[in-house]
Amino acid sequence: MNDMRPVERSVDTKEIKFECSDVQVYYGATHAIKDVNVTLEDKTVTAFIGPSGCGKSTFLRCLNRMNDTIDICRVTGNLLLDGEDIYDKRVDPVQLRAKVGMVFQKPNPFPKSIYDNIAYGPRIHGLAKNKAELDEIVEKSLRRGAIWDEVKDRLDAPGTGLSGGQQQRLCIARAIATEPEVLLMDEPCSALDPIATAQVEELIDELRENYSVVIVTHSMQQAARVSQKTAFFHLGNLVEFGETGKIFTNPRDPRTESYITGRIG
Amino acid sequence: MTDATANAAPAPKQGKHAGSLFDADARTKKRNAAETRFRAYGLTAVGIGVAALIMLMTSILGQGLPAFNQTFITLDVYLDEAKLDKNGTRDIEAIKKVSTFGYAPLIKNAMAAKVDELGISFETFGVSGKDAEAMISKEAAAQLRRFVIAHPDRIGDTVEFEFLASGRIDGYYKGRVSMESAEKDSNVTPGQLQLADALKEGGALSTHFNWGFITMADASENRPEAAGIGVAMLGSLYMMIIVLCLALPIGVAASIYLEEFAPKNWITDLIEVNISNLAAVPSIVFGILGLAIFINYAGLPQSAPVVGGLVLTLMTLPTIIISTRASLKSVPPSIRDAALGVGASKMQSVFHHVLPLAAPGILTGTIIGLAQALGETAPLMLIGMVAFVREFPSAPPEGFFDPASALPVQVYNWTTRADPAFVERASGAIIVLLIFLLCMNFLAIVLRRRFERRW
Amino acid sequence: MPVLWIVLAVLGLGLIGFYVGRMRALGSAGGDTRQLHSLPNYYGWHAFMLTAVPALLVLAAWLLVAPNWIENTVGAGIPEATIAESGSRSLVMAEVRRAAGALDMAVQQGLMDAATSHDIDANLSDVTERLKETGAIITSDVTQPVLQAAQLYRNLSAISALWMSVAVLVLATAGFAVAVLRSDKDFRARNTVESGIKIILILASTIAILTTVGIVMSMLFETGNFFEKYPWQHFFFGTKWAPDFRGDSELGMLPLLWGTLYISFVALAVAVPIGLFAAIYLSEYAGPKLRAVAKPMIEILAGIPTIVYGLFALITVGPIVRDWFAAPLGLGNSTNSVMTAGLVMGIMLIPFVSSLSDDIINAVPQAMRDGSFGLGATHSETIKQVVLPAALPGIVGAVLLAASRAIGETMIVVMGAGAAAAQFQAGLGAVVNPFEAMTTVTVKIVSQLTGDTDFASPETLVAFALGLTLFVITLGLNVLALYIVRKYREQYE
Repeated sequence: MNDMRPVERSVDTKEIKFECSDVQVYYGATHAIKDVNVTLEDKTVTAFIGPSGCGKSTFLRCLNRMNDTIDICRVTGNLLLDGEDIYDKRVDPVQLRAKVGMVFQKPNPFPKSIYDNIAYGPRIHGLAKNKAELDEIVEKSLRRGAIWDEVKDRLDAPGTGLSGGQQQRLCIARAIATEPEVLLMDEPCSALDPIATAQVEELIDELRENYSVVIVTHSMQQAARVSQKTAFFHLGNLVEFGETGKIFTNPRDPRTESYITGRIG
Repeated sequence: MTDATANAAPAPKQGKHAGSLFDADARTKKRNAAETRFRAYGLTAVGIGVAALIMLMTSILGQGLPAFNQTFITLDVYLDEAKLDKNGTRDIEAIKKVSTFGYAPLIKNAMAAKVDELGISFETFGVSGKDAEAMISKEAAAQLRRFVIAHPDRIGDTVEFEFLASGRIDGYYKGRVSMESAEKDSNVTPGQLQLADALKEGGALSTHFNWGFITMADASENRPEAAGIGVAMLGSLYMMIIVLCLALPIGVAASIYLEEFAPKNWITDLIEVNISNLAAVPSIVFGILGLAIFINYAGLPQSAPVVGGLVLTLMTLPTIIISTRASLKSVPPSIRDAALGVGASKMQSVFHHVLPLAAPGILTGTIIGLAQALGETAPLMLIGMVAFVREFPSAPPEGFFDPASALPVQVYNWTTRADPAFVERASGAIIVLLIFLLCMNFLAIVLRRRFERRW
Repeated sequence: MPVLWIVLAVLGLGLIGFYVGRMRALGSAGGDTRQLHSLPNYYGWHAFMLTAVPALLVLAAWLLVAPNWIENTVGAGIPEATIAESGSRSLVMAEVRRAAGALDMAVQQGLMDAATSHDIDANLSDVTERLKETGAIITSDVTQPVLQAAQLYRNLSAISALWMSVAVLVLATAGFAVAVLRSDKDFRARNTVESGIKIILILASTIAILTTVGIVMSMLFETGNFFEKYPWQHFFFGTKWAPDFRGDSELGMLPLLWGTLYISFVALAVAVPIGLFAAIYLSEYAGPKLRAVAKPMIEILAGIPTIVYGLFALITVGPIVRDWFAAPLGLGNSTNSVMTAGLVMGIMLIPFVSSLSDDIINAVPQAMRDGSFGLGATHSETIKQVVLPAALPGIVGAVLLAASRAIGETMIVVMGAGAAAAQFQAGLGAVVNPFEAMTTVTVKIVSQLTGDTDFASPETLVAFALGLTLFVITLGLNVLALYIVRKYREQYE
């Protein structure tokens, strides 16, 4: 349990990126998320933990309105990004998602070349004026995705030909390429082996310098390793939210304690 | 959106997406417009597809429904002994010697009598007795003759008959012929049409449902009113029987082998590629096969349902094999294991357990295959089924070798004839064909819904 | 003995075998089924199969081979002079067959006794008249060589029929005897029956191959005959199609191929965008209600026989195209045109393209779409840049299959495209005018093979060469399409 001990980190008060209050999510008749209040800070890694089916992924998908693609899903409450309600009628989810990027559980590179995978976002959002700029964005994103050295010689090779860990880093680089302000990660390491996981975790820690990162994870060790804030979800409720160190060493709620000590989950 | 080059350094706060979420930037507006356009294209495409179906159906129904109604003229015909049985012996052979030409005067007289009875005269309309007779189908004499041969004892009586009106008179009541067009038409005069109206007023002429269209055989070029789809339906039925009896067992046997027993080797691969390819070979190629092998080589008769049935069997086999294999595949392996586990042989497990469970799927596939075969035209044209067939084929099995037509080929045959009345007949025959197909597909859907199992 | 009786006799013997075999096996076990190796019915089936199956197979083979053998033997005996007189061997043979048939009828009706029918001499007695009395169709005078050949034909047929009956019945009896003798409690009847059934199953699955072989052989053979009478260079590269049954035909395939490809192109230009967009809309955008209505409606189009489309082209689309487009534009005044046939064929192919594309689009994993949405792409951008490129190979396969359909389609072009071949001589304008009537390969196959056909003339035989060309083209497209679709499926499985 040695690695469960959180690293001592200086937690400064930072700018608030996302402010969520009274969030309810319904899937048809099912009440999937109940009364969630949480604030996500800039330049911070926030981890959502909890047993399977507790709603952590659902909540994550609310943050960039990915739930819109599901017909029966309904979201109420206030989700403010930089003080603006993202569920406001005037908000175009497309614009929102450019600001709030997402990385998925299973690596999902497009069946295109590595270059085109990265260039996809900048192209649709019109972030580059010419080929040279696009090349620059691609290289920068791949470098920040910590995969540049592995793929720089084969940018024209299909993205699907990479190994699982490389694919996931490619997907992270792809999300970074649109220069989002918030990066959502839905169990980004669950399909990866330990070495690839370590590489991705290292990457997440680097990303913290520029982004607000939200990561959903099954692994408490991972949450302890990479995050500064942790939110524990259980049966659709946000049970406890606070600094990672506190949650893991001194949880307030008995349910949190049971989960962390492995009694529920 | 801010200038893309201005913020190369990715400091999120002054990043690329600095504007308020509430204001869609120019680029987003453009992209959303593209989105709307794209959706509109899709909706248009769906609309065109649906519109095409509706247009097709209205066109066929509009043209074909009148074929089921026909104009009839009711006349009291005096069966003159002097003309039909000169010797008065009622000898059936002697009566049979009188050709349909001998019956024509009787009809002419009956027509004249009817006009007198109604208190009108031919002169009013500028119509001669011959013209008046021409208003009745040429089929009428044959109808009369059949009646007399069947009932020789009625000779000398006056009998009421309902004769088909000629195609043009019928067309007048269906809007195909008008007074103006009759002026230019050598087959009909406005006078005849006026007389027809007068007869209608007098109750001697009426339009009602025509069973003859469904039961009668084809008729020659100049009597469209008498043409029916009886022979064609019987021919199609015979062919379907042959297809069902051959394609179902062979198809199921082949599928069982390929799905359950065949080792995975190049021969099996070859057979599989073959089957999927055969399913996509143009149907006319099967017609060439039928002509070359079944007629020229094996010497089977032309226009016979047996040849048509064999050709359609070969065409339907791939469809049946593909659907049967799919339903065999959908039976879970656990069923096979269970049977093998209690000591059944592989063959017993297949025939006792797998096959009954796959039966609904197999039947559905077979019905759909049959429906395809029923509508197939091109290959049947090559094996001589376009020929004009007036006689009903006899009962099976000899009937399988008699000349017959088939519904779709009959439709084609009619469209090649000059008289526009045949277009109506062709569309009417198509309606019958579509009703059959609809029933078969409906049956297939019901079977699937009723017996489909989700494992 | 008629074939039907032989079949019934064999089946009857088989049925007896069923009961005898079953009884003998039971008897050897003292009536106790537990002593038997297999269930009693297996012994019955074993006897039935051994009696009936080989005998019936021999019967079928005999019926298939014997007529050809008789034909060749008789044909070889006909003097060259006779053949030269009537034009070709096949014409003489037709006459011989008719004469033989008439002789049979004469004997049957008692107009001629059996001996006379064998010895009658065309030079001495008036055979033709006597044969006509039977009601048989004799077109020309029966000459001595023909009569002799007919008599030989009858003899050989009779001998063949006799030996066939003997062979089949002997085989059936032998099978019966072996089966009954083998029926014993220790005999592994079930295994034997099962391997027998397996052989039957294998035979059934080879029918697919036999069909392909039959198609290829029949067309190759007649195409060979055609190229003996007409140079292949002229067929493949000839630019004029002008068949003339009196001879001197020009049978160049190119005008027909051009018509086929042009109409198919118009059809695909209609069907591919509409089908593809309809599939995209229905699988990506449409709500459940619209989908429940529109999808089956479009699929109904696939179940409608082509003759219906043909009639639609003839009575509705043809006149509309002529009156609204061709005539006002001064481009033609025919209801039959490339446009008519192409439009209607396009409608026919819409469901074909849309349902195949639908499957393929649905096979693209949701993760791909999520990935694109997550980056802030709009729905249409996702479809255009992620879903379609991923589905592209499958869609190409679907389009190729649709093209193969269009090229092989017959009824719509017969009724909608017209019978006049493209006139390459009349200049480019006439050839590319879509409102001009233009015929296709399939139309010409139909027209050369229906009505009066003479399998000795190149004008008829050319249909087989056209058929073979059509088969090869569609085969190529199908194999390519199947390969692409298969490859594509593997990608996501």
